[in-house]
Amino acid sequence: MTRLHIQFAAAAAVLCLAVAPFVLSPFSITLMNYIGIYSLVAIGLALLTGVGGIVSFGQAAFVGVAAYATAWVSALNGHSPWLGLLFGVALTCGVATILGLVTLRLQGHFLSLSTVAWGLAIGFLFGNVEGLGRFNGISSIPPISLGSLALVSSKQIYFLIWGIVTVILFLGYNVLDSRLGRAMRALRGGNTLVESLGINAFRIKLVTFVIAAFLASLSGWLYAHMSRFISPGPFDAGMGIEYLMMSMVGGAGSLLGGVVGAAVVTLLKNSVQDYLPLIAKGASGQLEIVAFSALFILFLQWARQGIVPFVARSLPKTRRARPQPAPPLPRRAQLAPGELLLKVDGAERRFGGLVAVNNVSFEVRSGEILAVIGPNGAGKSTMFNCLTGALRVNKGDIVFAGRPITREAQSRIAKAGIARTFQHVKLRPRMSLLENVMLGTYARTRAGLFAGAFRVNRREEASVRHEALMQLERVGLGEKPFELAGNLPLGNQRILEIARALAADPTLLVLDEPAAGLRRQEKLRLAELLRSLRADHLTILIVEHDMEFVMSLVDRIVVLDFGSKLCEGAPAAIRSDERVQEAYLGGVA
Amino acid sequence: MTSDIAAILAIDGIATGAVYALVAIGTVLIFTVTRVIFIPFGDIAAFTALTLAALDAKRFPGTGALVVILACLATLIEITSLARSGELRLLPRALSFYLLLPLAVVGAAWLVMRMDPPLAVRLVLALMLTMPISPLLDRIVFRPIADGTVLLLLTVSVALHFALVGLGLLFFGPEGVRTEPLTSFSTVFAGVLISGQTLLIVIAALVFSGLLFLFFDFTLVGKSLRATAVNRTGSRLMGIRPERAGTIAYLLGSLMAGVSGILIAPVNTVFYDSGFLIGLKAFVGAIVGGMTSYPGAAIGAVGVGILESFASFESSALKDVIVFSLLIPILIWRSLASLHSEEEIEE
Repeated sequence: MTRLHIQFAAAAAVLCLAVAPFVLSPFSITLMNYIGIYSLVAIGLALLTGVGGIVSFGQAAFVGVAAYATAWVSALNGHSPWLGLLFGVALTCGVATILGLVTLRLQGHFLSLSTVAWGLAIGFLFGNVEGLGRFNGISSIPPISLGSLALVSSKQIYFLIWGIVTVILFLGYNVLDSRLGRAMRALRGGNTLVESLGINAFRIKLVTFVIAAFLASLSGWLYAHMSRFISPGPFDAGMGIEYLMMSMVGGAGSLLGGVVGAAVVTLLKNSVQDYLPLIAKGASGQLEIVAFSALFILFLQWARQGIVPFVARSLPKTRRARPQPAPPLPRRAQLAPGELLLKVDGAERRFGGLVAVNNVSFEVRSGEILAVIGPNGAGKSTMFNCLTGALRVNKGDIVFAGRPITREAQSRIAKAGIARTFQHVKLRPRMSLLENVMLGTYARTRAGLFAGAFRVNRREEASVRHEALMQLERVGLGEKPFELAGNLPLGNQRILEIARALAADPTLLVLDEPAAGLRRQEKLRLAELLRSLRADHLTILIVEHDMEFVMSLVDRIVVLDFGSKLCEGAPAAIRSDERVQEAYLGGVA
Repeated sequence: MTSDIAAILAIDGIATGAVYALVAIGTVLIFTVTRVIFIPFGDIAAFTALTLAALDAKRFPGTGALVVILACLATLIEITSLARSGELRLLPRALSFYLLLPLAVVGAAWLVMRMDPPLAVRLVLALMLTMPISPLLDRIVFRPIADGTVLLLLTVSVALHFALVGLGLLFFGPEGVRTEPLTSFSTVFAGVLISGQTLLIVIAALVFSGLLFLFFDFTLVGKSLRATAVNRTGSRLMGIRPERAGTIAYLLGSLMAGVSGILIAPVNTVFYDSGFLIGLKAFVGAIVGGMTSYPGAAIGAVGVGILESFASFESSALKDVIVFSLLIPILIWRSLASLHSEEEIEE
């Protein structure tokens, strides 16, 4: 498949949608309208849950906020539905921003539980607030009008609904393929990874959360003016889980999956309503929810991936052109070789009563390779985490390129020019090699949400793609840039991480046990790569366990033992130092 | 608000809170042993109340049919999985546990009911009838995905709750029930009237949490449950079957939920869908205890009860809004208080 095929398929789908209302029965059109309205919410959830990994049970509440807002503006106060749209979107996004600011720092299931909480709380509000019709709801909501044409019939509003869905899908895919979208897709890799790339994880989560709420508000607005009547029912917790189900059935993480999921669930529900009464007379209402939940549970047990990813796997692979040369991205000013780059002064880190790093001082000079070594439990990893901002030191100072970074957040340290790799490789296995390396350029580029959505970021994207390819070629992985990162053997995954770090144009490259778990040949390749990077005047700090690997490679070594610095010097001097031998071998008496 | 009203509200809140506490302790028990946040516990509580009401009215409760259906399903699934792993020699045991035992319980209840038993026996019958539900659901719903993420288990658990609400309506009908008070005793303490029912609720909560404590600290089975909670793989290596520990946890949890249902039925009218709010409020309490501490969960649940009592005095319409809004600051506090290891979501 090529890009042309995909564009052709998309055009055909849009054409089918445009012709559909002239072919379908009025009932089917109404069904299609509901599918479109639900799709919007499900697309938002695909972004939030599938891409960003934030499971939300509360989207129905956002739909409700917008629906009630527009109903209040148009039905109760007699203004135009378009003003209702404005008010609904603003109110929903405002509520989402506040909720997001408060809850998005929560971790794992705590975050999802908080969505249950506010979903319920907002849901209860609709039925209990004076002036919103309580449980009777609000009726006689005016239709949306375009100029003098009121969109009363289901055929008329069909075009508005599906027009919006099409545009949203188009913009959504643009965003996913942009700088912001890559950051969103990285969220599932965990905060440490995201922050190490200079990305403010909280901000990306908040943006994703508000986008999902925005889509829900569009859906709420359309719902209110299509059904012309609203009550608390369609916005309760049950509907919240139904939306979640739609996005998961379609394939969490796939925007198109949102539409497919909404269609499958709506049609299924419709046929359940049709056929259940035949099986069990008089019990259809109760059985509907039972059948429905049972199907969802079965789905979660057996086919978590969803429909769209399943189908996509059986399609031929998309062939993509290699990135073309493009103007280079701006580079950081590098220090002259030999200048002081990093100064750690009296660093101390405690965990309760345990002093993991005790009064450690050392310096890194521009252009050298320095290794921090030590036996198990020497405090190497803690030292490493303090350097990269994953942990804070309790005492002491860390100055990087003349700038104190002792109390800086991880992402800001990354932005300042320290790029890192991980002992346990952290890549995005479902993203291509190229995209993984492109993630590294995040801090060097600027394109935001709207630039990504409307593709005004093309020039920057071209540079980013080319830069990523160059870094892949630099480390020797340039042959198959569109291979998925998860398919690489461990040795190459380590090297891919280095390419990603290089794409950030770092002043200092810090490697956390890069040789751990590698075979001998892989180690040799890695050492060769690091030497070639030194030849390019890159400064490298290695935290390592493997003595052989370190001795042949680095300029200077700092030895830690029991949290304190034992000694410091050239490899040969360290090798013959008695204290080091004692620490490693337990004495040479 | 005068101090009299405050005292009445506080006592009312403590009673409600004690009911939530029983469910909360069950929730913590299940979560620590199986990592499932079992939202449907509230439903179990409501089902027990409805079962008792049906027994009081000399009708055989819908619970019987529900248990039979679930037992058949669970047996079918167990047989399939045994056949797949080629362990059909375990079949008799599976049949007796998943099919015969639940059927025997239902059959016994049916027989005893014919004899027009006294209240005490009816209470036992109601508890017996609802106890098999959650272990059977565990086998049907959670066992196939036991190694999934907490989030997946939570999603399934929420879906399961909705299925149970539908089943509740099917088997118990839409009418609410309020059972006879278990005692007509009442006393005046410090100028405030305290009903026997309130005392009973508080005492039951204390007794059952005490029993649970003894069970965990002084029996081998209890210790094996604690071991499973700490480390599934490790305890498996020590010869503890996590599945069995899970079943025991579900049985115990159901018992506590059932007792709370029986205690609340004379105080509040219970509908087929009342369980959700009971379960969620208990759950708020459980979160106060960080989902791991039993005393913490109990204290949290009592706190929720008191808060709800005062909130409903201020604004009865918004009491649930207040309770659930409160969950967010609690969640933030807990999330900050517990040190998380980097949690990576599987794709």
